[in-house]
Amino acid sequence: MNRTRLSQDPAPAAGTSRFAARTARIPASAGVGFKHTHLDAILDDPDPVGFLEVHAENYMGDGGFPHRALERVRRDFPLSLHGVCMSIGGPQPLSEDHLARFKALVDRYEPGLVSEHLAWSTHDDVFMNDLLPLPYTDETLAHVCDHIDRMQEVIGRQMLLENPSTYVVFENSTMSETDFIREIVHRTGCGLLLDVNNVFVSATNHGFSPLSYLMDYPMEHVGEIHLAGHAVQEDDEGEPLLIDSHDAPVADAVWDLYAIVVRQAGPIPTLIEWDSDLPEWPVLRSEAAAADRILDEAAHSFMMGKSHGKISHAVG
Amino acid sequence: MPSADDIHDLDAVGFRAAILDPARARPQTVTGPHGKQADKRFNVYRNNVTVSLINALADTFPAVQRITGESFFRDMAREFVRAHPPVSPLLFLYGHEFPAFVADFEHAARMPYLADVARVERAWLTAYHAADLEPLAPQALAAIDPACLADVTFRPHPAAALVRSGFAVFDIFDANRSQDTVGRIDAARAQSVLVTRPGTEIMVTALPDGHDAFFERLLSGGTLGEAAEAGMEAAETFDINEAIGGILSTGAFIAAETAQ
Amino acid sequence: MSKTTKTALSSAILAGAVATAMASMAHAGPLTQEEGKAAMDAGKEKCYGVALAGLNDCAAGPGTTCQGTSTVDFQGNAWVFVPGGTCANIMVPGGRHGSTEPLDRDRPA
Repeated sequence: MNRTRLSQDPAPAAGTSRFAARTARIPASAGVGFKHTHLDAILDDPDPVGFLEVHAENYMGDGGFPHRALERVRRDFPLSLHGVCMSIGGPQPLSEDHLARFKALVDRYEPGLVSEHLAWSTHDDVFMNDLLPLPYTDETLAHVCDHIDRMQEVIGRQMLLENPSTYVVFENSTMSETDFIREIVHRTGCGLLLDVNNVFVSATNHGFSPLSYLMDYPMEHVGEIHLAGHAVQEDDEGEPLLIDSHDAPVADAVWDLYAIVVRQAGPIPTLIEWDSDLPEWPVLRSEAAAADRILDEAAHSFMMGKSHGKISHAVG
Repeated sequence: MPSADDIHDLDAVGFRAAILDPARARPQTVTGPHGKQADKRFNVYRNNVTVSLINALADTFPAVQRITGESFFRDMAREFVRAHPPVSPLLFLYGHEFPAFVADFEHAARMPYLADVARVERAWLTAYHAADLEPLAPQALAAIDPACLADVTFRPHPAAALVRSGFAVFDIFDANRSQDTVGRIDAARAQSVLVTRPGTEIMVTALPDGHDAFFERLLSGGTLGEAAEAGMEAAETFDINEAIGGILSTGAFIAAETAQ
Repeated sequence: MSKTTKTALSSAILAGAVATAMASMAHAGPLTQEEGKAAMDAGKEKCYGVALAGLNDCAAGPGTTCQGTSTVDFQGNAWVFVPGGTCANIMVPGGRHGSTEPLDRDRPA
């Protein structure tokens, strides 16, 4: 396939979309992960969030309430489709069945963004339901790039790849995560989903500077940002070990990093993830509003030319 | 001879084996940063996998959990997860073997109705995600030549499932799916239930006597005549009028087909 | 009763039953909400909530707790594994119920 043609542009041929044109693209504002328990509150909110994101696998059933709910919110909101178990980081070829299911969702719901993880979860046919880590080597790089090529080929558009939260490292890694990710982008033409909480979690767990990571990260390819809460526990030596738990408000340190990113890179669609111990809608909505305030400030300073331009970002 | 997997930089085989079996050592290449230990670190993955799958089972089988209590349920579910890890990434397909596991689970032996409650809950989740198909319209049945009625077969709706039980599975399921206090339930009253989804909402119907035999024949492709005979044989009180009304009101079928 | 007689009887009964079912349904299609409620009040069938949360997500679990690493099993520690839910209210044949005590033979020596 011709990688230079890859685009996140979701717009089907003129007039063929089932959805309103205003919901085709993800705006550079804050969105939230869509949970069914929030359905009515989301539809009734006088100040609607910028977009919604769903985990693709929860909508891979044939019918029933999940599709009714998703069709309803898709009428009013731009949608981001986030895969959580494609197992891109594993050594075995991607499941063609799973790819076909993913493609069917892309065709049906015309998401503005499509993303997956730099992680693996399936080996042989056992599914481990977690985002498992991989060593960063020439061999794993080749596997990951083959898998992203295949996924982009099947869905016919660009995908964004998300950096992981990790709790261990591999002795046999030969390159840094940022070098690994940069090379993936170069080889596959995929875009990036920058999870700022994951950067902070991994940096804390592995004793590196999150700012150094961000300086070294190919920011110009970021199409979406994730923010989430984490839990604080202890490693074998009794030092802090952060867990990517998605069950709490975004931590202050993560907000600070986020502000640095968007001040330098410009406004980028930003998702608040909250998957466990779900709060009432106003709590989640206020997290999105906090992200919007930072995005607004960033847009202002970006427009005024205050950006240092160290990490440039091509919006859109 | 090493398998192809052994030569990968990511030792996925070793990783998977260690994740699901805490007695095994973690993969040799996994470590902590800057020479730090990695036992607790690797255990994070063991916990994530095990607990998230137990949570998925708890979400799928909430009545079973309420009956056994959370602590018993989670211990039982952990044994199930290790014996039957999911083979699909779609977790709404997980747990089809759970009712049989519960039935054979020695420590649940004094809850002999528990496996049947699990069968109803597994059928509930299947119905939840089943295709949106219109149930059989009454007119379609009325349009069939009366002389051919005995030979009519029905195509099941993908949401439809029958659970026949020697216990009061409907009463137990129903009481434990609500938030209300569970009063005394006599488990010995045999009940069978039909799970269907005529629209978006899932319907769980306690079948009158003989209707379980009737619906079982129809759901397995038997003719209406065979099903009626099975119903009459199963219960003296079997009412064919009520049974045919049930075909229509539950939405268990999507089409009626004559032999030709 | 011979097979032939039974089938003939069934055909006649079935035709009547379909007619009865049709007559009792004042409209085409499955139950209306009102009819559904009436049936539910009669205790025969119930509808249950549909806003189930999706089971797949990308959140990490409890981290460094021991739930994923426990090697304790029922066989060795039966005393611990006692059902504690509503089973105590569910009577099974023989007058037993989901006891809150473990089986005698499982008691630790």
